[in-house]
Amino acid sequence: MLLIIIIILGVSLLLYTLLGGADFGAGIIEIFSGTRGEKTVSKAMAPVWEANHVWLILAIVIIFTGFPTVYATISLYLHIPLMIVLLGIVLRGASFIFRYYDESEDKAHKYFTVFFKISSLVTPVFLGIIIGAMTGGKININQETGFFERFIFPWLNIFCITLGLFSASLFAYIAAIFLVGETSNPAERKRYARLAKIFLITTFSLGLCVFGAAKWEDLHLWKDFISSPLSMITFGIAVLLIPAIFFLFDHPNILYLRAVIGFQVTLILLGWFAIHYPVLVYEKNGNHLDFFTTRAPDATLYQLVIALLVGLVLIIPSFYFLFKVFKKTKD
Amino acid sequence: MDDLSAARLQMALSLGFHIVFACIGMIMPILMAFSEWKWLRTGKQVYIDIAKAWSKGAAIFFAVGAVSGTVLSFELGLLFPEFMKHAGPIIGMPFSWEGTAFFVEAIALGVFLYGWNRLNKWVHWGSGIVVALAGIMSGIFVVAANAWMNSPKGFDWENGKAIHVDPLAAMFNDAWLQEALHMILAAFIATAFAVAGVHAFLLLKKRKSVFHKTAVQIALSFGVVAAFLQPLSGDFSAKQIANKQPAKFAAMEALYKTSKPADLIIGGIPNEREERVDHAIHIPALLSYLTYGNFNAEVKGLDQFPKDERPPVMVMHFSFQVMAGIGFLLAFTGLLFLLFSLFRKRVLSKRGWLIFISLLTPLGFLAVEAGWTVTEVGRQPWIIYGVMKTKDAVSAMPGLQYSLYAITVIYLLLSVLIFWLLRKQIANVATHYPSARTEND
Repeated sequence: MLLIIIIILGVSLLLYTLLGGADFGAGIIEIFSGTRGEKTVSKAMAPVWEANHVWLILAIVIIFTGFPTVYATISLYLHIPLMIVLLGIVLRGASFIFRYYDESEDKAHKYFTVFFKISSLVTPVFLGIIIGAMTGGKININQETGFFERFIFPWLNIFCITLGLFSASLFAYIAAIFLVGETSNPAERKRYARLAKIFLITTFSLGLCVFGAAKWEDLHLWKDFISSPLSMITFGIAVLLIPAIFFLFDHPNILYLRAVIGFQVTLILLGWFAIHYPVLVYEKNGNHLDFFTTRAPDATLYQLVIALLVGLVLIIPSFYFLFKVFKKTKD
Repeated sequence: MDDLSAARLQMALSLGFHIVFACIGMIMPILMAFSEWKWLRTGKQVYIDIAKAWSKGAAIFFAVGAVSGTVLSFELGLLFPEFMKHAGPIIGMPFSWEGTAFFVEAIALGVFLYGWNRLNKWVHWGSGIVVALAGIMSGIFVVAANAWMNSPKGFDWENGKAIHVDPLAAMFNDAWLQEALHMILAAFIATAFAVAGVHAFLLLKKRKSVFHKTAVQIALSFGVVAAFLQPLSGDFSAKQIANKQPAKFAAMEALYKTSKPADLIIGGIPNEREERVDHAIHIPALLSYLTYGNFNAEVKGLDQFPKDERPPVMVMHFSFQVMAGIGFLLAFTGLLFLLFSLFRKRVLSKRGWLIFISLLTPLGFLAVEAGWTVTEVGRQPWIIYGVMKTKDAVSAMPGLQYSLYAITVIYLLLSVLIFWLLRKQIANVATHYPSARTEND
């Protein structure tokens, strides 16, 4: 039962990374593609972005229902980055929809675009920072220590920031690939393909930096990584896919490229998950919170599984329908 | 500002902001689907124009509702981590169902808002119905979670821990039905009267517009039915509160002393020090009758509770009266609408009536805010009634007021921008929709 919940949590986070990631990433891509890309981004994202973000809500509901101590701990000690993520989500969603429905091309339209771009960049950086802080082993629950030691330094450090930049770059990469298939203008396709390649290389380099930072800060992450064969294999394959991806850019059917990228991101997340499993939060004092010790009572988990399974039966076909309606190639 | 007040204010602000969008998000799909259905049946252009014009405005509210709802799901923990640590497993079930319902709603909404030209007409209409149903379901689930805080059930509390957790019993607690019913009806009333009010205002400027006239009629028809039912649902709720949360009941009725029989106290200014209500109208024994159906029943007053377990009477009594007063005014308006529709049809396009309807625009939402104030402030000092106090649940992080400031600034900014965008959309209605034009255009 617990395993089903963990799998669904993993799948939600994966889909959030892919779909929500494409969504945030589209804003980052717009920073680089300028106003020329605005129409494509708006058209591609408007029908789906709200649904894409529900994966995050689903993940957070699973955490607070199934693993309440984890939720309580991160919301106390990571209050500041979480609050920034929330403000980012609000500003991003609002400025996107305001821009979409603001019919005139006036000054306000430009401000909405600026807010949209900034919040699209800042939010994923802080999402990465939060993941970094959970796994970095610096969460400090010692009440004797000062404000900065408890509420700032656990997330404001080189490792977390590198992971934050990695996340933003990964999202931009996913978005660029996604956008290649969302426009029929050859010049625009070329531009997105170029950005996708750039962000692929950036993401790979930042990924190396994440492990570099982990080693430099002497985090347990490094030792855990080299003792986890599954993560080494998945990360290895993800890296080996890079040349194949470069090759696939020239393939006329964009679906192959999308499928490979989806597989690659799945491997990255799976590898990351495998390093830590079953731990969710590492504390500075050496303790950790894992799926087993923080699990809710069985009665709760049982009801949660029912709700999630019924939910998925309803959600997956409707998601398929939504994408089928809007994502079919237009002639 | 101390951290407890900051956390409570931030929660109040976030809920108060979100609830407006949630109500609109729940009810607009029903109004739009109804208008589209009329179009499918009659083929009249005006109905499809109205549905499309509404969907553009509603899209903005949906989006802001979705993101402000995401904020809430995190804020519960950010502001009250101790609460969520214990409550999460108990009320996680309605939240997970709410998540499912909201998911379906968001997907169907994408189809509905952006699929006008891509789908079979009836399939499109069906997606609107799915949005409406899923929206109402998610409203019911999330209110059930709140009802549990007021009327906790489904666990035993021992040594500061919840044991024997039964999520089903927690969800179907003693207050869920009353609260959900009252909230859904309130959402209908607030949204429908606001929509009718805006179109009545526009109709004042363009008296011959069939577009605005039809819109007023559709919206009012829904608002009126709900407004008639709401006093009954209010009575149902009040009896439950008198029974299970007597301190809240006494505070909202400003009943300081346990009385047999108890007067209904209307208006007045509660005087906390002297424990009496100045300048109020007393209707003898009516409170006893309303609560227990017996003119001689005893009603518990605030004197039954230690001072530190009483909610603030001033806020409670005032909010309650605002809510109930508006409720009755709107029900009365509904009665007038019904009578005019049956006997004096032309009164409905008279200037006076239109001015009256447009003045009602914000009142439904004011009542919703006042009602939530009664629910939430009335539970204080408890966060889980009788189990955990709010001050024991608040986050240990110092400086919570800075989150409050940030949220306040952003929500204010969003409110101004939404108002501005809607005005722009409304100004463009005549250019987009033929049926909104009159010969003067």
